[in-house]
Amino acid sequence: MDFMGFTMHESITILHGMVMGAIVLLVFPVVLAGLWCLRPEWITSKGLKKHLSLIKAGTWIISIFSWLTVIVGSYLPYAWYRLKPPVSAHSMSGLDLMKYPAAYLLGHPNLSAWEEIAMEWKEHAGWIVPILATAVAFIVTYYNSRLLEEPKLRNALFTLLSIAFVVAAMCGLLGALITKIAPVQ
Amino acid sequence: MNKGGAHIDNGIAVAALFGAGIGCLVLGLLTLLTKVSSTIENALDLYAPTGPVSGITTLAVIVWLVVWAAMHILLRNRQIDLHKVYIVVLVLVGLGLLACFPFFEAPEWGG
Repeated sequence: MDFMGFTMHESITILHGMVMGAIVLLVFPVVLAGLWCLRPEWITSKGLKKHLSLIKAGTWIISIFSWLTVIVGSYLPYAWYRLKPPVSAHSMSGLDLMKYPAAYLLGHPNLSAWEEIAMEWKEHAGWIVPILATAVAFIVTYYNSRLLEEPKLRNALFTLLSIAFVVAAMCGLLGALITKIAPVQ
Repeated sequence: MNKGGAHIDNGIAVAALFGAGIGCLVLGLLTLLTKVSSTIENALDLYAPTGPVSGITTLAVIVWLVVWAAMHILLRNRQIDLHKVYIVVLVLVGLGLLACFPFFEAPEWGG
């Protein structure tokens, strides 16, 4: 089943990385800027409510979409990526092996690090993003305007969300590069 | 104190932060263990198409939620030194990220 020239596997891989993953990466800087600016000396009482609404909505969008991204990514594109070829990889032509991305990468010594290092790290570390994002979203929602009085807590949230952002960006970059070399078909 | 007071205890935030740190560490440790033990790798292979990733992530998420819930109950009315907790959580997250790195199967680039 094709959709505008993309196979179903390609369409779902695009949904995983270029739609849901991209939403997560786009919202991160907005929320980080919001948290950074959440200081009593910078915020007016009128602006506080809208400012907090933006941060709360942003953290929950990151949390929900990062869960969707890792769950869909781990159970669909990753499963197709690591499909085993029906015959020995050595006896298949390069063109046929391209249908089995992990086997294709492992079959080429100059490409195997993309599977053995990049994908191995990304497939696990990516799950750290929703765990951190959910904790931050919960704390922001629970403490609400009290965050203004808790500079240490704001700093902790900003740091953890920054770590989650960097990990998400690295996972996105590695995913894009691996897909460029050995796309799921 | 409760939300209506001038001050709110930070125990609930500490529980959420600490739970997340433990979740990250468990994710990393399980990843590391599957690389050094084929028994653990097979045990965590809950869904064959994705391999041990399915078990590693499922177990890490369960541990994260259980630790968070337990800490939430234990700490909800307590005020805790947030700076110390912050350092511990950073170490837990850092170790988790580091342990996800495939130390035991890194090939050389090029060739």
